Amino acid sequence: MALIDRLGEALDGGQGGGIILSTLDSLVDWARGKSLWAMPMGTACCAMELIAASFNKFDFDRHGTFPRPDPRHTDVMVVAGTITKKMAPAVKRLHEQMADPKWVIAMGNCAVSGGIFYYDTYSVVRGIDEFLPVDVYIGGCPPRPESLQDAVLRLRERIATESIAPDRKREVALLLPESSGISFGARLGTPSSADVTDSEGDER
Amino acid sequence: MNIAEFREHLCAIHPELCPLFSVEFGDGVLTIEREGFHQAMSDLKDLGFDRFTMVTAVDRTAGFELVYRVKSRSMSAALFVKCLVEREGPVIASVVDLWPSADWQEREVYDLFGIIFEGHPDLRRILLPTDFEGFPLRKDYVDSTVIRRPDYI
Repeated sequence: MALIDRLGEALDGGQGGGIILSTLDSLVDWARGKSLWAMPMGTACCAMELIAASFNKFDFDRHGTFPRPDPRHTDVMVVAGTITKKMAPAVKRLHEQMADPKWVIAMGNCAVSGGIFYYDTYSVVRGIDEFLPVDVYIGGCPPRPESLQDAVLRLRERIATESIAPDRKREVALLLPESSGISFGARLGTPSSADVTDSEGDER
Repeated sequence: MNIAEFREHLCAIHPELCPLFSVEFGDGVLTIEREGFHQAMSDLKDLGFDRFTMVTAVDRTAGFELVYRVKSRSMSAALFVKCLVEREGPVIASVVDLWPSADWQEREVYDLFGIIFEGHPDLRRILLPTDFEGFPLRKDYVDSTVIRRPDYI
């Protein structure tokens, strides 16, 4: 991520120390990415993993992500569960009530594509991207809490490419570990298929 | 009260319901004609069936079979009530005036099977969107938006 994530090291390495020059973009992106309050849109069994992610064993709060019950307090909507055609207008309305900037995580197969309800159903929306702009998809039925945390970290990488100027994208060299196997080009700018995380290699 | 005792009790108080009573898979079943349905349900409530457990429907192709489950705390008894309605324009009397808990359940049966409950205070869709067309649990329901699973075809 940005240099600002490693302020301590940067201060240590600098001559004299104490002063850091940065761009406003990186400061804003850092602040946004480190306090992504979540709107828990849990409608089915994925919500259990979403709840577990917040509690002491997984402790989502250490990433700055904290569930809030009011869309007006939140930055990222985590849609965890099957969205029926009856529920879809309510989800859309809650998303509209969130203040900009806002992001959406589709958690679990149902939110990604309809999951096991893709075939032979008259009542389920086949993926929330039919009516919401999704930033990160998490596969799994349901995904583990670690997958959700990984999604937040990926979302933070995506936020690092955004600028406060609406039409500008930042070119950020993401500090990825060599072992991730993902080339820098794939992680720069707009997200590609590399943003789809797969927790357990499920068939869909 | 077991089934044999309940049968004697029912026949003593309501002899007209006695020939409609049968035992299926160990459960007491009362099969009622549509005409006298509401009166029979009212009689059952007066007999002591104070708890309305559920109502659902079965598509028997020739018609719809409504299945009610009522229970009695005073008699420790439970009873299925079945009633067949015709397929074209299925109508049956609502029992919301007897058991208020039937309200949403009758709405659900209307929503998925299209059965009209006469006398229901607020008969509209409950699970599906209000602009949904058709009744999806009917056997002849077709929906162009449904994607068939490839290995079924």
